Order: sequence, then structure tokens, then C-alpha cells
Amino acid sequence: MIKYLIEKEFKQIFRNLIIPKIIVALPLMAMLVFPWAANHEIKNINVDIVDNDHSAYSKRLINKIAASSYFVLSCVSSDNAEALKNVESGQTDIILEIQPDFEKHLTVERIANVMISANGVNGMKGILSASYMSGIVDEFASELNSEQISTAANRPTINVVPHNLFNVFMDYKVFMLPALIVMLLTVICGFLPALNIVSEKESGTIEQINVTPVGKFAFIISKLIPYWLIGFFVLNFCLILIALVYGLTPAGNIFTIYFFSAVYILAVSGIGLVISNYSENMQQSMFTIFFFIIVMILMSGLFTPVASMPQWAQNITIINPLKYFIQVMRMIFLKGSAPPHLTEQFATLCCFALIFNIWAVLSYRKCK
Amino acid sequence: MKDLIVKCFNISKSYGNIKALTDINLNIEKGELFGLIGPDGAGKTTLFRIMASLILADSGSAFVDNLDVVKDYKALRRHIGYMPGRFSLYQDLTVEENLIFFAKIFNTSIKENYHLIENIYKHIEPFKNRMAGKLSGGMKQKLALSCALIHKPSVLFLDEPTTGVDPVSRKEFWEILGKLKAQGITIIASTPYMDEANLCDRIALIQHGKILSVETPQKITAAYGKKLYRINAADNFALLTQLRGNPEVASCLLFGGYLHVTFKNDADTSIPNLEITEPSVEDCFIELMTKSND
Repeated sequence: MIKYLIEKEFKQIFRNLIIPKIIVALPLMAMLVFPWAANHEIKNINVDIVDNDHSAYSKRLINKIAASSYFVLSCVSSDNAEALKNVESGQTDIILEIQPDFEKHLTVERIANVMISANGVNGMKGILSASYMSGIVDEFASELNSEQISTAANRPTINVVPHNLFNVFMDYKVFMLPALIVMLLTVICGFLPALNIVSEKESGTIEQINVTPVGKFAFIISKLIPYWLIGFFVLNFCLILIALVYGLTPAGNIFTIYFFSAVYILAVSGIGLVISNYSENMQQSMFTIFFFIIVMILMSGLFTPVASMPQWAQNITIINPLKYFIQVMRMIFLKGSAPPHLTEQFATLCCFALIFNIWAVLSYRKCK
Repeated sequence: MKDLIVKCFNISKSYGNIKALTDINLNIEKGELFGLIGPDGAGKTTLFRIMASLILADSGSAFVDNLDVVKDYKALRRHIGYMPGRFSLYQDLTVEENLIFFAKIFNTSIKENYHLIENIYKHIEPFKNRMAGKLSGGMKQKLALSCALIHKPSVLFLDEPTTGVDPVSRKEFWEILGKLKAQGITIIASTPYMDEANLCDRIALIQHGKILSVETPQKITAAYGKKLYRINAADNFALLTQLRGNPEVASCLLFGGYLHVTFKNDADTSIPNLEITEPSVEDCFIELMTKSND
């Protein structure tokens, strides 16, 4: 009996004019476009330099900034007021003001001041560009130090060379891609089941099914399995795309990924089915699943690390299945973690899958 | 007395403050073509859904084919065919796929019970590869009936099967029901159309969640207490107002091209063209309705 129910679901899905196309288009979009758009690296920062010194040292500093790949020297203003106007008009993102007698202070007192003012309207961009800028200034200072090392007394210097484990070049895409797969699985395997049962309610077909001997359990299983298979298709499609386009293959075992995905898809589909059971029409169900998915994505650590959230927000993320699966995917992809390191996440995801699917079976009522 | 296949005892159901059904007692015999006649909102669909185990009554009990609709609902569903008022098959599956699907989930096959649906299905078989959603109203009803019959139910519940169907298809549909009855299936159909009442073996008139009368259509019309006259004129509406102003007239109602008139005492012979006529089920229903409203 379940076989025929599932067969019917697939016929309906493939006859739908839009759903099969979206199932293919969404992974393409997410894998090929999002990683480039959702990038925390900031480039092409317009810098305005107010040089009050016009010395050899200040020229050197300016050249150094202009040579960096982050900054574009947009203009040189004569004073700070003029530079601020440029910020207001949007031509400039950051101002570097060099004090008068910069060179003299450097050579005589060995201390000189520069002022960095960044446009904070886009906070992220402001903070990052200011820190890039101070990085360059620091570099310039240590250059000067090493040049003078012969003249001054042997001053010990410590060079910090950072080495980034697991993602050596701190490539943002490597970090985002595994999480984007999770986001995709959540959207596809959460939305479609949420709309499914409620669409049977809207079209009235549920009335006809309800007078048949099809039981609750069989009915819910027949709704789950198609999305489970679609989820696997999407997962494989993404893994192939990532390997072909970015040359990124999971450091860990691919079967660990399959294993966790199997549990995770059940959990999100379960959420979708529960929402579908409680909704009376498509609008309600669409809106509800949208609400939950947005909250889940924003509180999952997909874009911002969970550890940097305030404690109360971190407490909310405990009940977010997305958080655990993103952790798992990043750990498998980047660190090559094996199941023994992921038992906590596995247990939690299993709990979610069980709770939501039992809830879905129980909340599906034939008799009102 | 014949075997009873449907028994309802004191069934009541309310939705919030609205009483949909009050103390319904109903017995339906095996092999009957039973009509549930009443206007929209009378409680016909609610009663059907209770009998088909889709909703629970607040109080009272019901048995279909000796199965309790609450306790034995699982077994019951193999014995009944239910056709909701709204077309509720899969519109994105073809005619044939719908039929196969419903046969399969009842663990049977089209072949096994083809004799039951043959008369109906042959009308739509030429369109078996068409999506069910793209069928005309009459064809949709035939497909829905085929799907409700495919597991050989002993009782068929048809909730307003002819609403929204053209007069020719309506007539055809009732002919089909007659043939099904001949095959021994008990059929319970609801309808707001009084003219269809005469095609049933027995009818129940239902209004405001109460059953006013359960009888054969002949007995119901025979029980009409008054003499009924009919009259028509070029301007029926002007005549209607005029007659209603007449103190001798008890009731005057428009029925198609005629006015049906009853008098408090004897007929007012001064009215021209007045002729005596047989009461229809609708006349009786309106009389019962006014009585129960009083």
C-alpha cells in the first residue's frame, strides 16, 4: 500500500510545473552564486589620504597603501574637513590622516601618530577596513624598525606568522559551501513537506484518503520518503558541483556525510509535516515554515559564529537542528572528523528526527 | 421488517454555538436508495461525515453495516464508499491513475470489481489519459463515483452528487444510481433538489439539524393535508402579490411557471384559472418547514 502512495507522490511532484525545476535550480544558485556573493572579505575600499607632512616617509606609507589589494586611493584631500565631505558624499570609505612632522617624529622620537577614520554605516566594512589599514601601518612600522636595526641597539622583534588550521588560506568559500548545503537541504526538505499535506487539505483530496484504510503511519511515511530521496539527490548534486567547480572534496568520509544527512533530512521534513498538519491552508503553512526556517538559519552559525552570540541567544540555538548539522558538515568537510567525534551532534539530531516525526504522526488526525 | 444497514441513535453535533444536528434518529434498510433532502446548511454533510467516520458526534451513536462508526472505524472504511460534495480526487493524476490508485489502496484491482463500475466508467474511459482536473463536471462525478465503488462497498454515501451538474447529467446520474441499487448496494444520497426526491425509495426531510419526516415520497405527498391549487398568469409576480393580499389565501408560492396556492377554508372561486393539482415533495417540505418553525 505504501508503495502506491509513494508512487502517487512522485507522479504529483514530477507533474508539477515548478517544483522539479526549483529542485535543480536552487542547488545551482546556492553552490555557484552564493559563495561569491556571501563573502566576508572586503575589497576595493576607497581611501582618502590627508597628508600633512609631505615627506619621504609619508610618501612611502601612501605608496604602500595604494599597492595593497584592499584599497583604492580615491583622492588626496588637503585637510580633514574636506575628507569628511568625501565620506558624506560616498566617494570615500576610510580616511588616513598623517600628522605634520610625521617623519621628524619618527626619526627623532621614534613615535608618530596617524589617524584612521572609517565610515561606520556598514559596520562590518568599517571594522574590517580599519583593521586592514592598521595592519598596513603596523607593517610599515616594522619595516622601518628593521631598517634601523643596524643603527639602533639590537632590539628583539617577534614576528607572528599565523597558520590557519584546516582552511590554510582562510578561504571564505571553503567555510561557506558545506553550510550552504545544509541550508539547501533545510529549505527543500522543510518547505515541500510543509506544503504537501496542507495542499491535500485545500484540494479536498484528504477527505477521500481519510475514508480509505490508509493509516496515519503509512500516510506520513509516504509523505516522508519522497522528500528523503529528493534530499539525497540535492546533496549529491551539491557535492559533485563543489568538487567540479571549487575542487573541494570532503576531508572526511563521504559516508559520514550521507549518514548524518539521512538523519537530518528526516528531522527537517518532520518539522515541515508537523506544520502542515496544524495549518488549514497553504498561506498559513508557508508563512509558518518561512518563519521557522529564517530563525533557524540566522541562529545556526551559518553566517555569524554561535560563540559570538549573547548567552541567551546561544541558549536558543540549542534547539536548532540546523546548528548541529552545520557543525557536523564543517567538521567533516574541513577537519575530516569521523563519527566518534560527532556523537553529541548525532544523538541530538536523532532526537530531533524522532520527536518531530512522532509528533507528525500523532498530530495527523483523521477524526476531528 | 428488512435488515437495517444504517442505524443512528440520538446523534447531536454542534460547532461552537451552532447546533448542526440535534437528536437525529435514522434507520436505513439494506438495498434502499435513500434520499436526505434539505436546504443548504440543514446538516446533511455533517450527518454524512459522522456516518462515514470522518468526524465524531458530540453524543449519540451510529452503526453502519453493524459496525460502530467510532470504535470500528478501521473496519468500517472497507465497507463504505464516500463521495464528498466537493470533487476530491487527485486533479493532477489521470482518470485511470486515480482509479488504479484507489483500487490499490483498498488492496483490490480494477479487474476484480469492473462489473460494478462498468456502466459508469465506460462513459469516461475514452478520456482515461486525461488529467482528472480537466474533466467536465458530469464526468468528474462519474469518476468520483467509480473511485468510491471500486472496493465494492456495501453502503455508498453520496453527498450532493448532482450539485453543479447539468440537468441531463443529473438525470443520467440518477439512472446510474438506480442500476447500482439493482446490484444490491445501499445508496444514501443527499440533495437540495426536491425533484430528485421522487427518485428515492424513501426520503428524510431535514431542516436546521432536525429530521422532519422519514417516509416514501408517495406517503409524504399523500400526507399533505390541504387541497392544493395552481394558477399562472403572464405576470406571475404581480399575481403573487395580489394573492398574498387576499385574506382567504393561506400560502402562495412560486413553483417554476406556476403559483401553488392553498386556502384557509374553501377555495376562493372568484379567482379565475384556478385548477386543483397534486402536491409535490417540495410543497410538503415547505409545509413541514413552516410548521416546525412555528
